[in-house]
Amino acid sequence: MAKKNNDGYLSAAETRRISRQNRKTTNELEKKRKRKNVPESEYLTTMKDPGNAVEFEDLHTYFFTDVGTVHSVDGISFDVPLGKTVGVVGESGCGKSVTSLSLMQLLQRPQGQIVSGSIRLNLGNGKAYDITKTPEKVMQKLRGNFISMIFQEPMTALNPVFRIGEQINEVIALHDDEGKSDESIKERTIELLEMVGIANSEGVYKMYPHELSGGMRQRVMIAMALACSPKIIIADEPTTALDVTIQAQILDLLRNLKDKINSSIMFITHDLGVIAEMADYVVVMYAGRVVEKGTALEIFAHPSHPYTIGLMASKPVVGKKAEKLYSIPGKVPNPVNMPDYCYFKDRCEMCVSRCSGEYPGMIKLSDTHYVSCYRYYDEKEGK
Amino acid sequence: MSEVIKDDFTPVSYDPQYVLQVNSLKKYFPIKGGFFGKTVGHVKAVDGVTFNLKRGTTMGLVGESGCGKTTTGRTILRLAGEKTSGQVLFNGKDVYDLSAKEMRALRPKMQIIFQDPFSSLSPRLHVGEIIGEAVREHNIVPANEYNDYIDEVMDNCGLQSFHKNRYPHEFSGGQRQRICIARALALNPEFIVCDEPVSALDVSIQAQIINLLNELKEKHSLTYLFISHDLSVVEHISDTVGVMYLGNLVEYGATEDIFNNPLHPYTEALFSAIPVPDPTAKMNRIVLEGSIPSPANPPKGCKFHTRCARCTERCKQEAPVQREVEPGHYVVCHLYDK
Repeated sequence: MAKKNNDGYLSAAETRRISRQNRKTTNELEKKRKRKNVPESEYLTTMKDPGNAVEFEDLHTYFFTDVGTVHSVDGISFDVPLGKTVGVVGESGCGKSVTSLSLMQLLQRPQGQIVSGSIRLNLGNGKAYDITKTPEKVMQKLRGNFISMIFQEPMTALNPVFRIGEQINEVIALHDDEGKSDESIKERTIELLEMVGIANSEGVYKMYPHELSGGMRQRVMIAMALACSPKIIIADEPTTALDVTIQAQILDLLRNLKDKINSSIMFITHDLGVIAEMADYVVVMYAGRVVEKGTALEIFAHPSHPYTIGLMASKPVVGKKAEKLYSIPGKVPNPVNMPDYCYFKDRCEMCVSRCSGEYPGMIKLSDTHYVSCYRYYDEKEGK
Repeated sequence: MSEVIKDDFTPVSYDPQYVLQVNSLKKYFPIKGGFFGKTVGHVKAVDGVTFNLKRGTTMGLVGESGCGKTTTGRTILRLAGEKTSGQVLFNGKDVYDLSAKEMRALRPKMQIIFQDPFSSLSPRLHVGEIIGEAVREHNIVPANEYNDYIDEVMDNCGLQSFHKNRYPHEFSGGQRQRICIARALALNPEFIVCDEPVSALDVSIQAQIINLLNELKEKHSLTYLFISHDLSVVEHISDTVGVMYLGNLVEYGATEDIFNNPLHPYTEALFSAIPVPDPTAKMNRIVLEGSIPSPANPPKGCKFHTRCARCTERCKQEAPVQREVEPGHYVVCHLYDK
């Protein structure tokens, strides 16, 4: 780990040493990535539970920067069951988006690298790929057809110089099966636009993104993501930039569409209200790790990790009058220099003596509810 | 082509219990078009807003984006050029009748906290200068007390004095928002417009800033106009709430009245759209169709009639006026005509 003076500034020699080391590590990983003709057997795996669409297991995604290695995702494991919605909550910078980008293999390379762990993607018929080992060529076939993503900012995610129709056509033409006529592609695009609730679909087909409102643009983004009926939709804060009334429309739409094409949704947000409404399962992340996971009912009825409890208490709720809002003291630890004890200890008000020990493992509270906190060790195992 | 802007309103006189009286305030932005850049129309950003703000209270202003919340805030502070029509009385003085010199003297009393703490701080000034610039300009404290005063203000807002020599980029979002608050507070204001001060922040940081704003309000007996689209935050912080739609205040009253008994169909729809963090909660949602019409060409009659579920023939023809349905609870809707 990089040595630092009190102000957090690095000497030039130190920076050079770090970047040399980074280059070495990333070059090695890149070389592994860029091999040609990787045999399928290398990335073919089987799902632990065929009822899951995606399984993350001990995933580590690091960013090798000039000030040190940032452990953005530091050993997370959770499953996305088929046909269900999994909500991922956490503050900004806790690794929510990096998790989804790892699944899409859209990390900023060479700095961002999946260092270890596996992501198993269910392709159906008992077949599964390990995304972390899948070569780029194969990945291009998976994106869109099996996994697709709805981005946060509908204002910036659409290309301003192409018409809406062209942008959706492109998706359909590139993915799905070969040999489609222009007319059938256009037909499919119009059908998609209608499916996401755009009334004037023929008109919108010919419009540019700037002619649409935020809610309409988000609908177009959703249409684009659904173009090839993917098995998994990653929704990365799809409603954060929208008004409440428009947000309600979009959430309704997503819920209906999910049932229609029977896919799983990985819903990333920091709004607990939205999570409660959308998700079947909830994963709470803090500083690159999963601190608690369980069904939505369990998490909202019995939040167990101090962070989850704090997060719920700090959000004002309509209809509940509170004199003062709870606020979690302190701030997220420096991502370059993580402590070796529980990451939340310095902000936690429920510490026990054991908290200064190594990072707590996952403790099972029920079949679906897991928490990573020492407070539950005694009750469960007396470990 | 250009339409005549009506300038008819009954002037109100000063009532000392109110720090701010806003009367039929209008702010139109001209749309220039054609070869000679003639004015071809107006964007009616604020189209007749009337409310009073009691000393030491907080008023929340909610509405969808583009409904004129921010423009209302800025027009009240005379930051958006000249008003189009109406009255803004701050402690009995019409803000728009003052000369530039008088206005300058009044500025420290009315401050604003902007939405985005990432773009509202100059990247080239260090924090001490950002907070202190206006203090020196307005001679708030004698020169020999200046340094201590800045330290005190920063301490009040939860910043340490060694932060003074740092630049904004060295701070996190929550701390930057504290700098913005310190900057506004340093001038000893009576009234602060908070323009979405927490919408760019994380939930846990939001709570810190909201608590800070509440503490400062008690300590310095401040009056806030709190603009936000997050209804749960507004309910928490406000004493009165105004709901805006397309440049009009459609409903206005005490927070409890508005949240327990929303009268205007728009308010009802807005409140039913709030996601509740409880997966067992039953949803009875009124989903509004479509999006907000263009303020350059608002619908005739009641502006909300295009999206209203309870729209009648009359709504399409005649614009409703503001009426007091319960004491202190005003609504602009034909449904409540006696």
